[in-house]
Amino acid sequence: MGEKILMKGNEVIAEAALRAGCRHYFGYPITPQTEVAHYMARKMEEIGGTFVQAESEVAAINMVYGAASAGVRAMTSSSSPGISLKQEGISYAAGAELPIVVIDIVRAGPGLGGILPAQCDYFQMVKGGGHGDYHNIVLAPQGVQEMYELVVDAFNLADKYRNPVVVMGDGYMGQMMEAVEFRDVEKIERPEKPWAACGSEMKREHNTITSIYIDPDVLEAHVNHMNEKYKVIEQNESRVDVQNCDGADVIVAAYGTCARVTKNVIKDAAKLGIKVGLIRPITLWPFPKQAFEKYATTPRGFLTVEMSMGQMIEDVRLALNGKNTVEFYGRTGGNVPAQKAILEKVIKIARGEGGND
Amino acid sequence: MAKVTFRIERCKGCRLCLTVCPKKIIAIDESTLNAKGYHPAGVTEPEKCIGCAFCATMCPDCVITVER
Amino acid sequence: MSIVFQRPHALIDKPLHYCPGCTHGIIHRLVAEVLDELGIEGTTVGVASVGCTYNSYEYFNCDMVQAAHGRAPAVATGIRRSLPDRTVFTYQGDGDLAAIGTAEIVHAATRGEKITTIFVNNAIYGMTSGQMAPTTLIGQVTTTTPFGRKPELHGYPVRVCEMLSTLEGAVYVERVAVNNVQNIRKAKAAIKRAFQVQQAGLGFSIVEVLSICPTNWGLSPEKALEWLGENMIEHYPLGNYKNVVLPSDKPASKE
Repeated sequence: MGEKILMKGNEVIAEAALRAGCRHYFGYPITPQTEVAHYMARKMEEIGGTFVQAESEVAAINMVYGAASAGVRAMTSSSSPGISLKQEGISYAAGAELPIVVIDIVRAGPGLGGILPAQCDYFQMVKGGGHGDYHNIVLAPQGVQEMYELVVDAFNLADKYRNPVVVMGDGYMGQMMEAVEFRDVEKIERPEKPWAACGSEMKREHNTITSIYIDPDVLEAHVNHMNEKYKVIEQNESRVDVQNCDGADVIVAAYGTCARVTKNVIKDAAKLGIKVGLIRPITLWPFPKQAFEKYATTPRGFLTVEMSMGQMIEDVRLALNGKNTVEFYGRTGGNVPAQKAILEKVIKIARGEGGND
Repeated sequence: MAKVTFRIERCKGCRLCLTVCPKKIIAIDESTLNAKGYHPAGVTEPEKCIGCAFCATMCPDCVITVER
Repeated sequence: MSIVFQRPHALIDKPLHYCPGCTHGIIHRLVAEVLDELGIEGTTVGVASVGCTYNSYEYFNCDMVQAAHGRAPAVATGIRRSLPDRTVFTYQGDGDLAAIGTAEIVHAATRGEKITTIFVNNAIYGMTSGQMAPTTLIGQVTTTTPFGRKPELHGYPVRVCEMLSTLEGAVYVERVAVNNVQNIRKAKAAIKRAFQVQQAGLGFSIVEVLSICPTNWGLSPEKALEWLGENMIEHYPLGNYKNVVLPSDKPASKE
């Protein structure tokens, strides 16, 4: 066991990336994730890595595209409005099959919205966001320790599948300080990248990184190839934290900060004789459908809790495929669902008095 | 002694080589069509060629090789 | 007899998809000749952009990366910062560089990124069929200025070299044209120097190449070259806008 250090979430993201071998960071300031850039600016200069404060989020993601094309581990970080700007680049990286890591510390939208935490980027990160048939691998940590582990995993997964990987936290997770132990760094995998555009040395055919295929059959074959890759990812990489679900009266589906709040609801409800289970997707894509299928008919009803007006709930409903009811409780604008409010909703469902307002 | 060789299957008949030849010995061969459907350029009086490579310099399609 | 002119090795032997007389072919060849002469084909990464040259990666024999519209200087920044011993160039048109990608080119230049940009200015959008470009001349007819470009409606043409040469990070800025043999030779010399400036680690270098678009100008290639000479050069004067001393330069005789 290593030493535990008290650190801010955003700084842990940066430290995790460095420990995963990322030496190329490109960013643009936006609240509430800017500490990632502060940390990177200082550390990269000390260790001889690359930190570029780009002219925009658009430029930053394209710098990541270039660095990933050259075969190095590269990352950018932003928050919701900035992520909207990066979507073009993420689509291109998906199309060109580039391993890139994008951190989204979500804030409330739409538009400039607010600077406080939210989970309303679920659609734009999990459902595409950019144009075309593609998926990001989306990882959703629930705290600072998991933030570290998932950022390291993000680089490994990106390289393994040559695919964009998003680590999606919210403003709380970025700003809060918790104890973190930087463990398991030995599991970092660094595959060869014979496809990289890094100079042929006249020893091979020239490499090309591109996402354009003008011939419809060639493009279709490329998209089919990507789709096969997604099937493998769905099979192998979905992750979920299931707690207390066997024989549960109500199962709550929640991720990130909402899952943390729900864990307290489990204790509160137990005192009232209600067994509450939690299914916490760690990968938002691939969505852990199997956990929902397994417990589909166990509880009296499901409750999805989000810091949005209901985005992940669509995937919960698809996973349950009509086998049980799914109710929703959410707050938005930068507000977090209160323990008490979730408990009240749970009690209603347990008593068969549920129903969305 | 100079020689220019035109790779006529690559010629698009744009005539840019004609405009720069100091000896005015390049012409479009109206009697020939290449596979792309263009009348290609060629040299009418090869013995007058001075190997200046102006034609090749001006050619957008690398049709012309020059020997001297 | 020996061969004095042939296709450079850095230009792949395949037909170019450009229209008859399109000078992209000349500019591609000049870049490839420079890669050959400097012996850097195997250590160069090029960045293709969006427009008629979106697939220039099919023609250049060095490693190539295709970039989103306007983003080539950002992509090149990412590559060059990752591969400090490599040579990196972007090949961009006027819509890509001077409209949608204005921010990227200005900031790559002002950061002094050690990249070389080949900027092809033909005063029109070619790929999308002849719309007004940022560099379209006043009075020039395009599909989106059907009655000619009017300053009060469409603004004024952008002079990229003049603008970028005000930035400290841009150390070599030159405008050339490919409308005749003499100018083509000057263009090649400028492109070569731009790459040498990058190799010497001196900063950002750009060569703007005045070019033609016979198809969308509605002129024969021959007439298009004349039009370039008679109209474009007046608005876009040729010459060096910013220079820097290279280690290989002979000591200049001071005037």
